[in-house]
Amino acid sequence: MADIYLDNNATTMCDPEVVQELMPFFSEQFGNPSSLHNFGNKVGFAIKKARQSVQNILGAEHDSEIIFTSCGSESDSTAILSALKAQPERKEIITTVVEHPAVLNLCEFLETEGYTVHKLKVDGKGNLDLDEYASLLTDNVAVVSVMWANNETGTIFPVLEMAEMADSKGIMFHTDAVQAVGKIPMNLADSKIHMLSISGHKLHAPKGVGVLYLRRGVRFRPLLRGGHQERGRRAGTENTTGIVGLGKACELAMEHMEYENTEVAKLRDRLQEGILAAVPHSFVTGNPDNRLPNTVNIAFEYIEGEAILLLMNKQGIAASSGSACTSGSLEPSHVMRAMGIPYTAAHGTVRFSLSRYNTPEEIERVIEAVPPIVAQLRKLSPYWGENGPVENPEEAFAPVYA
Amino acid sequence: MWDYSETVKEHFYNPKNAGAVGDANAVGDVGSISCGDALRLTLKVEPETEIILDAGFQTFGCGSAIASSSALTEMVKGKTLDQALEISNQDIADFLDGLPPEKMHCSVMGREALQAAVANYRGEVWEDDHEEGALICKCFAIDDVMIRDTIRANNLSTVEEVTNYTKAGGGCSSCHEGIENILTEELAARGESFTPNAVGKKEGVVRLNPKKEEAAPAAAKLNPVQRILKIQQVLEGLRPALQADGGDVELMDIEGKNIYVKLVGACNGCQMAAMTLVGVQQKLIEELGEFVKVIPHTERPVEIAGA
Repeated sequence: MADIYLDNNATTMCDPEVVQELMPFFSEQFGNPSSLHNFGNKVGFAIKKARQSVQNILGAEHDSEIIFTSCGSESDSTAILSALKAQPERKEIITTVVEHPAVLNLCEFLETEGYTVHKLKVDGKGNLDLDEYASLLTDNVAVVSVMWANNETGTIFPVLEMAEMADSKGIMFHTDAVQAVGKIPMNLADSKIHMLSISGHKLHAPKGVGVLYLRRGVRFRPLLRGGHQERGRRAGTENTTGIVGLGKACELAMEHMEYENTEVAKLRDRLQEGILAAVPHSFVTGNPDNRLPNTVNIAFEYIEGEAILLLMNKQGIAASSGSACTSGSLEPSHVMRAMGIPYTAAHGTVRFSLSRYNTPEEIERVIEAVPPIVAQLRKLSPYWGENGPVENPEEAFAPVYA
Repeated sequence: MWDYSETVKEHFYNPKNAGAVGDANAVGDVGSISCGDALRLTLKVEPETEIILDAGFQTFGCGSAIASSSALTEMVKGKTLDQALEISNQDIADFLDGLPPEKMHCSVMGREALQAAVANYRGEVWEDDHEEGALICKCFAIDDVMIRDTIRANNLSTVEEVTNYTKAGGGCSSCHEGIENILTEELAARGESFTPNAVGKKEGVVRLNPKKEEAAPAAAKLNPVQRILKIQQVLEGLRPALQADGGDVELMDIEGKNIYVKLVGACNGCQMAAMTLVGVQQKLIEELGEFVKVIPHTERPVEIAGA
């Protein structure tokens, strides 16, 4: 039996059509797009086409608003650092406690450089408090950076509304949309979003290519200076294969947007319902009423995530976990902790993220495989008795050091 | 993913002695639910001989935590309590054919569970002296708490000292930023400030096995006349190639490290002139064994030219 891949929020398979499209740019189309001659010229046109395809999926007004970068992290760093550089008098940043490390770790570093970072809190379902947000929008704020959708839970944030609020106060608004692009229809021309990050490999393009959308007229300072590429806004010879691949991937994502929101969402719902029905003491984290169509995050209480993943992997099922161990850190996922999920559950969270390649048969296999794995690990757990959790689990087993 | 040994995998997939021992007379609970691993060890000890007749574990934790627990129970069975206490966390890791550095704490947890269970059997109170911090040096598995304690105990002030005392930072050196941040905080706490070159010690990459770098053979010291002759000889050697391109080079003056030349013919004013100069300079540096700068005669400061 073939392995089952349910870790598409980590990365996706490069679509075979994307691979086919980009292959010639490794061989016969090797020219430098900046060159005048035929070798480079054709490559230049291919990049132009890719740029338009990215423009389409974002609903951007101009194709010159698309800047190709190397990844989502580069786009995030470029956006935030540009806002700070362009407005040196503004020393505050607004973001959320549940951002991706690409934004959070940069912000934590900026704190050591003298900036003040406001991290918006979330409630138990991962939703933001817009009143708290409104109260922080002052003239001291250089940039707001809020993800469009959370990578761990799939919870969607009201970025369109938040961008309007920032824009009306003259504050730059950036969104890390790496999980959202291709799954949520966008029309940035009608929005007040100033900057937006894309990562190619999250939507079936290759790794090593990303995009920063930069609304025309928004003040900008490049991260990489040097050559004239990307109109001088991102120096460095273009990653032609990656860019061509991303262009094709955006085209395909447009075609599959509806499928993603109907069929993939159905598979996800079936997976969730099947597992919750068969596994006691498990629950969905995040906001099930407002999340990406492909994502479900389930907490299995009293057991640890890495152990679950290893046993699933043995059966050829790939997913990911918010446990401390899978990341090599000491704390479970900051997203789970921010939502107030207790430790006994946070370490046992498993994220299943689907794609258009998953089939109903695969989902049924996973629904069958997971319950015995959970039961097997609970048998080993000091928090679990014969047929359920021990009484007052946190008191019955309170190890010596905390 | 982690690079687990086959033995770790075997003990995880098919753990030995899982579950609590029914008539246990020693129990040790250790671990930390916030960190995501916790272990209860139950032992059945024969009172007369203090031999461990049976051992069982219940573990909340990752693959290596479960494997370490399984290994521990296998290792202690049949030993006396005193013999069992001699098992170190490294012994547990060795039994499993090694653990990744990030996972060594799982073996520490096993050893502590054993100490706690023995203390419980003997009616003693077991004091945990272990505190775990964020892993800083992945090469040698040294955490934040260990580095801070060592800095405080020994009044350390440089990355090099931290490496010498704890090994942290002695491998790939990518954790030096983290160590510097810790030093900055610890020095601030004792009223000093961290300066990378404190107490005149050389900062930077600490090499455990320094490679002997071949020093460039020092060119025999030339006297001024020999030096001029050598420079002329090098330029003469380059002229045929330049002449083939319709150009030429001529030595005009030598002022210390500055060698003034005149580019003539096709070379003069050509956009390749700068590259030609770099090539000439490179050749001269190689032949003379010293750094020199080749400068077009036309760019010579006027006062020197007139002097």
